[in-house]
Amino acid sequence: MEEHHCCMYSKMASKCSISLIVISLTIVLMARVLYVIYRCGKPFPKGASQSLSTLIVLGSGGHTAEMLSLLSVLRKDRFAPRFYIAAATDNMSLQKARSFEDSVADKNAGKEASSQFMQIYRSREVGQSYVTSVWTTIVAIAHALWLMIRIRPQVILCNGPGTCIPLCVIAFLFKVLGIRWSSIFYVESVARVKKLSLSGLLLYKLRIADQFFVQWPQLQKKYPRAHYVGCLM
Amino acid sequence: MEARVGDAKRLVFVTVGTTSFDALVKAVVSQNVKSELQKRGYTHLLIQMGRGIFFPTKCDGADGSLVVDHFTFSSSIADYIRSASLVISHAVNEDLMDNHQCELAEELQERKHLYCARPHTLHQAVTNMELESLVRYPPGDGTPVARIIDRFLGFPDD
Repeated sequence: MEEHHCCMYSKMASKCSISLIVISLTIVLMARVLYVIYRCGKPFPKGASQSLSTLIVLGSGGHTAEMLSLLSVLRKDRFAPRFYIAAATDNMSLQKARSFEDSVADKNAGKEASSQFMQIYRSREVGQSYVTSVWTTIVAIAHALWLMIRIRPQVILCNGPGTCIPLCVIAFLFKVLGIRWSSIFYVESVARVKKLSLSGLLLYKLRIADQFFVQWPQLQKKYPRAHYVGCLM
Repeated sequence: MEARVGDAKRLVFVTVGTTSFDALVKAVVSQNVKSELQKRGYTHLLIQMGRGIFFPTKCDGADGSLVVDHFTFSSSIADYIRSASLVISHAVNEDLMDNHQCELAEELQERKHLYCARPHTLHQAVTNMELESLVRYPPGDGTPVARIIDRFLGFPDD
């Protein structure tokens, strides 16, 4: 009888301690998430001089064109090395990024080109069935994680559409877990005048984007944390 | 014919990008739109038709009508746009996808950078357009974004 009681107690005790550990871990994690959300969007102290590794997510078509127009005015020495990611089904964007990088390299002849180009699987292609997209989504997330572990960027530049979401979410998790702190910049497309895109809305509402830019004043009124910056193109 | 040779070429360039927009192509080559374009002094009509399956009839203009030509894709359409007197482009094909680009087209129309039309209102739009009242679109500029990013990361202003 005694023994039985004892056993019961130790079982209960271990159950208690396990749940205690789980609860305290959850609290620590929540506190960390809140801290990261609080810290996101706060500017860095003045006087940075080191170059920052930069991930540039190319969205295809007009998104890519807008991104390259932004890159053309960014200081290349500050944002280096540069990693370009585009969807595996989009064969134009990386080509455009390559010719952009070539034109940059031509200007500073002699300097070593510091850019890499990568493709990422998309979770769902237009018209794909929802059943198979469960599997492809898992593959896409694993692939995004693999790429992010390899790149561990300090700066992420993106402007939609959906390709950037898994990468930004992983970057946010890296911040929470202390693997890598990164600054995420999102520029909403010029085509969005009155409503944000789904990607933009997610990154804005979840406060994943450190700085959020819109190209029309109407949008800035609706989303006050956004910067209105006029048209990129 | 004699008179035409001396006349300057005035090109209407129609582009649908990487998608297809047969309804627009059909509207452009409809007789009433073509004759309205000619009435307004345009001499050539060139159509980039993308993935469309409607191939408009080509015309060399020998009978004094509008010269009509088309192609599917080109690696760059910038030169065509530059040489054109009038560009008819597409914001969205309402038969496909969502139509958020409509917002953009309407905003640009409000700011008098262009005229907005649907395939069935194209004739009316071409008839009523007053190109002199359009305002030139100011070139885009990424420097405001770049400045905010640089400041955020603590880089000094140049």
